[in-house]
Amino acid sequence: MRRVAIIGVGCTAIGEHWDKSLRQLLVEAALKAMDSADVERIDALYVGNMMSGALQEQEHLGALVASHLGLRGIPACKVEAACASGGMAIHQAFLAVASGMYDYVMAVGGEKMTDRKTPEVTLALAMADDREYTIAVGASFVALNALVYRLYVEKFDVDQEDIALFSVHDHKYSVNNPHAQFKKPLTLEAIMNSPPVADPIRLFECAPIGDGAAAVILAPLDKVKDKENAVEILASTVAIDHLSLNEREDILTLWSTVEASRKAYKIARIEPKDIDLVEVHDAFSILGVLSLEDLGFAEKGKGWQLVKEGQIEKDGDIPTNTMGGLLGRGHPVGGTGVYQVVEAYYQLTGRAGANQVDDAELALTQSLGGVAGTSVIHILKRMR
Amino acid sequence: MQTNIEVGILGYGAYVPRYRIEASEIARVWGYAGTLPIKEKAVAGIDEDAITMAVEASLNALKRARIDPKEIGAIRLGTESKPYAVKPSATIIAEAIGATPDVLATDMEFACKAGTEALEDCIGLVSSGMVKYALAIGTDTAQGRPMDALEYTAACGAAAYILAKKSGETLAYFEGSYSFVTDTPDFWRRAGESYPQHTGRFTGEPAYFRHIVNVAKGLMERLGLRPSDFKYVVFHQPNVKFPMRVAKRLGFNEEQVKPGLLSGVIGNTYAAATLLGLAAILDIASPGDRILAVSFGSGAGSDAFSIIVQDAIESKRDLAPKVADYIARRKAIDYSVYARYRGKIKMR
Amino acid sequence: MSVPIYWRNVRYKYRLIGTRCKKCGNVTYPPRVVCPKCRSREMEEVELPRRGKLITFTIVRSPPSGFEKYAPYALGIVELENGVRVIAQLTDIDLEKIQSGMDVEAVFRKYKENFEDGIIEYGIKFRPLLKQWLTRK
Repeated sequence: MRRVAIIGVGCTAIGEHWDKSLRQLLVEAALKAMDSADVERIDALYVGNMMSGALQEQEHLGALVASHLGLRGIPACKVEAACASGGMAIHQAFLAVASGMYDYVMAVGGEKMTDRKTPEVTLALAMADDREYTIAVGASFVALNALVYRLYVEKFDVDQEDIALFSVHDHKYSVNNPHAQFKKPLTLEAIMNSPPVADPIRLFECAPIGDGAAAVILAPLDKVKDKENAVEILASTVAIDHLSLNEREDILTLWSTVEASRKAYKIARIEPKDIDLVEVHDAFSILGVLSLEDLGFAEKGKGWQLVKEGQIEKDGDIPTNTMGGLLGRGHPVGGTGVYQVVEAYYQLTGRAGANQVDDAELALTQSLGGVAGTSVIHILKRMR
Repeated sequence: MQTNIEVGILGYGAYVPRYRIEASEIARVWGYAGTLPIKEKAVAGIDEDAITMAVEASLNALKRARIDPKEIGAIRLGTESKPYAVKPSATIIAEAIGATPDVLATDMEFACKAGTEALEDCIGLVSSGMVKYALAIGTDTAQGRPMDALEYTAACGAAAYILAKKSGETLAYFEGSYSFVTDTPDFWRRAGESYPQHTGRFTGEPAYFRHIVNVAKGLMERLGLRPSDFKYVVFHQPNVKFPMRVAKRLGFNEEQVKPGLLSGVIGNTYAAATLLGLAAILDIASPGDRILAVSFGSGAGSDAFSIIVQDAIESKRDLAPKVADYIARRKAIDYSVYARYRGKIKMR
Repeated sequence: MSVPIYWRNVRYKYRLIGTRCKKCGNVTYPPRVVCPKCRSREMEEVELPRRGKLITFTIVRSPPSGFEKYAPYALGIVELENGVRVIAQLTDIDLEKIQSGMDVEAVFRKYKENFEDGIIEYGIKFRPLLKQWLTRK
């Protein structure tokens, strides 16, 4: 098993890109990453995407993107793990390099959600859960998270406002993220007054629909030429859980996140307290709170306190989503897991601008598929 | 008609939806100032149809019958609001109650008497020995033409009866039945049309009254019975006036009619009407009571049954919700919500 | 809508039938071939209780494609009397009156009509109890 590093990253801005297709977004991000890594070749390509079949009626993205990058002949495939597709693509790339099989491997994740109207996108997103039983009864992905949200606030007697603070936080930091979908701060009042999508979840507590793609290039550690621009991947772990909430023993625990993060801490030989910054998959404010708990930063039922007390600010105990997270930066589904790693890379290489976490050395990213049907965890370490 | 082997009711079940629209609310929309035929009618919710109502009524009947649904040998569904013009509703019901696959199943139509037609059919299937248990259902989500007189009363409901050979387990048995049928086009709906046509006052004497009077007299003659031999009588109830008038004409009094007269508060449930009225009577009848049940279906015809209540009614009655329980469950809606639920708003 | 996909599951959905592991007794819904607890492959079909408690719910206002006509509607997780949980819609109740912890019972209802020409999808929803019984099936 070789040690693996990220040697270059690239991403598109996130927004409603009416003039760009899915393949154009993926190619754009990939080319930026290739320029940033300054590599002479790419040995393998993994394309993270969830809904190209449902929304674009296009599959076979591995070959498609490789072909459009002029990389005819290389091994390539689409990687799908619902909303964790991006994180999973990086995991596959990590395995490819760590195994010794390939040297320069790119993982590019992207999604083009604005090609269809909202109900169709809602249906496509819901495919992260059991289509035959859960979606067949009219569940949307927001609705499933709302079930968790209500159970949480009722069980732990928490005010919804304290959960919604996660959205205030994300929007505060996305202001200074050049590729973020939203660049204006949001007050708690504006969030609580936004229309309910699936009670109790309000519109501004939901990650937006948007288009974007991000890419990272991995290489074996001993081939890193420039430590200033490289970040090591200490651990890349995955765990799955039953898709549907009703099949889980504890609806309020993202058990796959607990599993995958435990494995990652063990491999990296660190504890949660060693982490300097975290990217959590907060597709909804409640997921941000649960993720903090299940990654080991707070006890069950208390994750919201970290937000309220300011501990997740860039100068707090556990800086979280310091580039805006899913609610502020955006969530072009298959791209998100890669955007998280790109942003952690910026932090660890000192390129986060106004959002910079001082002296950040160790970062953790958490990419979720469905309501934690899949969790992909990466632990990254500064090399410079 | 009498059978060689007597047939009884092993279990019965009712269903009335939760929603009500008051006749005065319908009148408000159309600016109608005349007398209103009923107080309010039952309206199926947006996720209900003739099949879902039939399933609940059948499950209630099964609760009282206390049998394994797999033993039901035949299902006869009477309705004029089948969700599919072609595709049997009875098979969906059979699957939902666990009666498949060893079962005979079909949908039948004879306007408002389709439910009692189903009953006649089941009596025949059971008494002949072809099946051990047969399930007869009357169900409808009646289509009320906007602004028409019948819009005030066209309602939704279902009732189901599981029949078996008369025994100590049956809660009532059929003493006899009779049918009176002619080609009388008082009310119809052509294929593809959303709403039926009716013939105004012609639906009265030549249709409703002629067939009911003849079938009731015909049955009583054949069985050697008089109105005073019956504790209760239930007639098809398109409104409140008609059944009261025909009762009087035949020599029945108000006490005999009232317990089975539900149209004032749930409207005309079409193929379920007589069967629901009968269920309401069974909910309160005592062993030994004789009941006359008379239906009327446009087109036209009537079925009449003489039914005698047995001892088992006392122990079986409380095993499932009663008609009164469903009637008490009531949520008033206005015309706009009614139009939405009944699919009267053009969505595409 | 795929007819084969819908049709394949009707007996489980219409009658709330799950599977029980013969080895460890764990009951699951939807049905499974392999027990999620002990990995045994000896599973048998079992009819689930038709009553339970609503443990959490939401109101869907932005539905997936095909369900637009019914919105807003309530969706919840019901814990049946034997501990098995089911995700289903709630019906026959004013949305603002729904509360976690309510006792509910299963009813057979329409889920989706697939417009004027598709097949109609039915299934189990839950409503507040109509009445208490002395004897239940």
